[in-house]
Amino acid sequence: MTPIDDNHLHSDPSIETRQPHGGAPVSATPPLQRDVARTIFQKGAPGRRAFVCPELDVPAVDVGELLPERFRRSEPPRLPEVSEPEIVRHYVGISKRNFDLDSGFYPLGSCTMKHNPRLHERVAALPGHARLHPLQDPEHAQGALELMWNLQRALSEISGLPHVSLQPSAGSHGELAGVLLTRAFHEDRGETRHKVLTPDTAHGTNPATVTMAGFEVVKLATNADGGIDIDDLRAKADTDVACLMLTNPNTLGLFDPNITAIAEIVHGVGATLYYDGANLNAVMGLSRPGDMGFDIVHFNLHKSFTQPHGGGGPGAGPIAVSDRVAPFLPVPVVVRREAQFDLDHDRPKSIGRLRGFQGNYGCFVRAYAYICSLGGDGLRDASETAVLNANYLLARLKEHGVAEYLPLAYGELCMHEFVLSGGPMKRALQIKTLDLAKRLLDFGFHPPTVYFPLLVDEALMVEPTETETKETLDAFADAIAAILREAAEDPEIARSAPYSTPVRRLDEVAAAKRPVIREVMA
Amino acid sequence: MLAVIGVPTLQEIFDRQIPAPVRLDRALELPDGLPEQDVFEHLRALAARNTSAEDELSFLGAGMYDHYVPALIDMLTERSEFLTPYTPYQPEISQGTLQVMFEYQTAIAELTGLPVSNASVYEGPSAVAAAGYLAKLHNGRRRFVVSAGLHPHSIQTLRTNAHGYDAEVIEVPLRDGVTDLDAWTEAIDGDTSAAIFAQPNFYGAVEDAAALSAAAKAAAGPAGGAGPVVVAQVDPITLGVLAPPGDCGVDVAVGEGQPLGNRLDFGGPSFGLFAAREEYLRRMPGRIAGETVDVDGRRGFVLTLQTREQHIRREKATSNICTAQALNALAGVVYLSWLGRRGIVELGELLLARTHYAREQLAALPGVEKLYEQPVIREFALRLDADVAAVRRRCAEQGVNPGVDVRALSGRDEDRGVLLVAITERRTRADIDRLVDVLGAAVASEQRETVVV
Repeated sequence: MTPIDDNHLHSDPSIETRQPHGGAPVSATPPLQRDVARTIFQKGAPGRRAFVCPELDVPAVDVGELLPERFRRSEPPRLPEVSEPEIVRHYVGISKRNFDLDSGFYPLGSCTMKHNPRLHERVAALPGHARLHPLQDPEHAQGALELMWNLQRALSEISGLPHVSLQPSAGSHGELAGVLLTRAFHEDRGETRHKVLTPDTAHGTNPATVTMAGFEVVKLATNADGGIDIDDLRAKADTDVACLMLTNPNTLGLFDPNITAIAEIVHGVGATLYYDGANLNAVMGLSRPGDMGFDIVHFNLHKSFTQPHGGGGPGAGPIAVSDRVAPFLPVPVVVRREAQFDLDHDRPKSIGRLRGFQGNYGCFVRAYAYICSLGGDGLRDASETAVLNANYLLARLKEHGVAEYLPLAYGELCMHEFVLSGGPMKRALQIKTLDLAKRLLDFGFHPPTVYFPLLVDEALMVEPTETETKETLDAFADAIAAILREAAEDPEIARSAPYSTPVRRLDEVAAAKRPVIREVMA
Repeated sequence: MLAVIGVPTLQEIFDRQIPAPVRLDRALELPDGLPEQDVFEHLRALAARNTSAEDELSFLGAGMYDHYVPALIDMLTERSEFLTPYTPYQPEISQGTLQVMFEYQTAIAELTGLPVSNASVYEGPSAVAAAGYLAKLHNGRRRFVVSAGLHPHSIQTLRTNAHGYDAEVIEVPLRDGVTDLDAWTEAIDGDTSAAIFAQPNFYGAVEDAAALSAAAKAAAGPAGGAGPVVVAQVDPITLGVLAPPGDCGVDVAVGEGQPLGNRLDFGGPSFGLFAAREEYLRRMPGRIAGETVDVDGRRGFVLTLQTREQHIRREKATSNICTAQALNALAGVVYLSWLGRRGIVELGELLLARTHYAREQLAALPGVEKLYEQPVIREFALRLDADVAAVRRRCAEQGVNPGVDVRALSGRDEDRGVLLVAITERRTRADIDRLVDVLGAAVASEQRETVVV
């Protein structure tokens, strides 16, 4: 790629200059965001500070008496020396170098970037939740345990599986729990199995989890319709297979029509069926993993249940399981004993603990508030609208001028997301999916997930969610069409995009070759 | 919208995709949705049924602590720009998050005295398990030697994970409150993948980290070649006064980040810190932000070394971790900036002084003694000559939560009678004096009652 000489483009703030071919308007970037990045470690001055230490109200004792010198730090750590106003300016300033869901459309496939109601932040911050110590005695944490119990019951009903553990910290952690549960389930029956099946469309976390849990990954092929290749499954399903990990709808946004047959084959060889809940937002109240034959499900509370994504967490990855897997659930489990709620640690067949304490309770509060707000019918509405929005956007992108460059990879309709192939675009217009994604930044949109799933050439994975309006979907479809028209005239514009962002394309190769991962201080 | 899609009804979209046998033919059995204010009242009523650190004089610790969270953290973590984006896959519009990660990594490297830090993992105990997995990838061995002074949740989490890849976990007992150096040396051999201890340990005692690291390295024996990976679970808020693990021969430092500007939240979300020597960089779990330049030569940050990660490397990844704790790590680095270079030392010294005061006052009570004599910083263990649960109940009636009943947490018989008391900067001398009064009375009453019975 040869970057064009575009110094004039970003030195001139006028939209016209940045849009030589009259594309849709871009979001102009205030000059502030273009400042050269300086870290907090490069600011401040010796002796400057924000913190005022509470007074020493106990008798002063020489530090050397309390902590022998050999245990002590000789030099203070070189933390910043900054005032509170400087801290605020610094972080508010760099926050403006982020694009976020509250500012615009974020159709990142498989990530379910739905609106985050601020009520959830308010209730999570109530001191009764936020300042509750995790080792508070259960009788003094009845509100928290009741909330967890209610959330467990709701997740059980949504998944169609009777038992829930809220403990895992994120989806990938839920996957690890699930595969370790599978191991315990087989070991309990005196069996040692070595393989776990994952489709070639699987999220990367699935095969990574399998390895961490000490199993070998066996890949399953995808058929022409985008589902599991049943013949391949039959050929590979044997009594050395511990589990099949599946996402349904899968990462192509397609509900596997053969799910019942798949479950039969997997159960027929005595293996468990694991449901990656990353795509649960498609089916809440419409179809339940438990009814499809899954034994273990993880939920991403930061996806379907709108815990804010936080720039990459926190999340939470509760799991729901069938009766036969329940004895192995991680400890502790929230239980109800008549009118009292308690934590049960005495579960002899448990796989043990996956982390400290009870899980990401702050995420439970938010997810529970969401479920209370929507109710059963509301959750179903959310999924229906998510699917409607995805199909509408897909239909808009099937229009003339787009579909010939960005065809749908599989199927005709979709569930909550869909995957386009940028292969024809790359061949016809000489721009790659990456270029399209970068040009979308100039149009004020977060791009879809790109280059995943791996089996789709130049993949573009779009998940609009239910909280977007038709106007937003139309604007996005129009932007895609405009970029394609623009590329037909001059592909270099997309290839050198973005122009309006705080920084432009970054040299990732150099970053990995000579890693600089902290500020080098004098 | 349906006309554009080309279907007569929304139902048809589902009918054409979801086979009838797996369609849910009824409504979900969940309560009806509620207006915002009703949800607020419901969640407020639940909160009111919890006794938080706001409602009692609490000395609970054992992994999470009631430190003061400055107001600017709430303001910054609630900003849409930090709260609502996801993982910075598109660096051009994620410089805020990426720079925070880079600054966080810098702060953690400074604090631990280790050159490389990732952008955080889930939390403390699972960070210990992640360090074990890194060691297993590094040397291929399947034997972990852990100090009994490691937090019980860390040991249990390590065991859960190690069972998956068929590694064993061997526990070394304590002597006089700290890891028994002889037993430690004896337990470590040429097959030991990692040797793991906590600093300060679970019981609050300061370990001789340098001695433990040196012994572990030496214990691998003449035939064993390289020694085990030495892992320390550290408490970051003590590192203003305690020697950093990097200076004590530790290879990998992990820890619970909650004390750094994160709420208690009944146990999470918080973050796990994970720092290491350079040679472990390419086996680290989790996201790492790196510095680079854009096409115009402007400084910028990207996710780097992604070939370690699950979305690129799949079954060969060094970890399965994806979504972690970015927002909590932001709170951590803002907190460290707020404390600053001097503040972290001043705070550490204040904790040291108040903790010392509390320990001496409490240990002077009849029926109460120190569990060990070793130095402590922010937490210490006492042995009560009375039933801990009963004493705690008596204290609770006075609005005081005197600390953690250790046996209930550890399950160890030798921890019967042990109370773990945490002192944060929010606990003043007056608070400590009140604890002394209330605990003293509770122990005395309990002893009297036991004698009568």
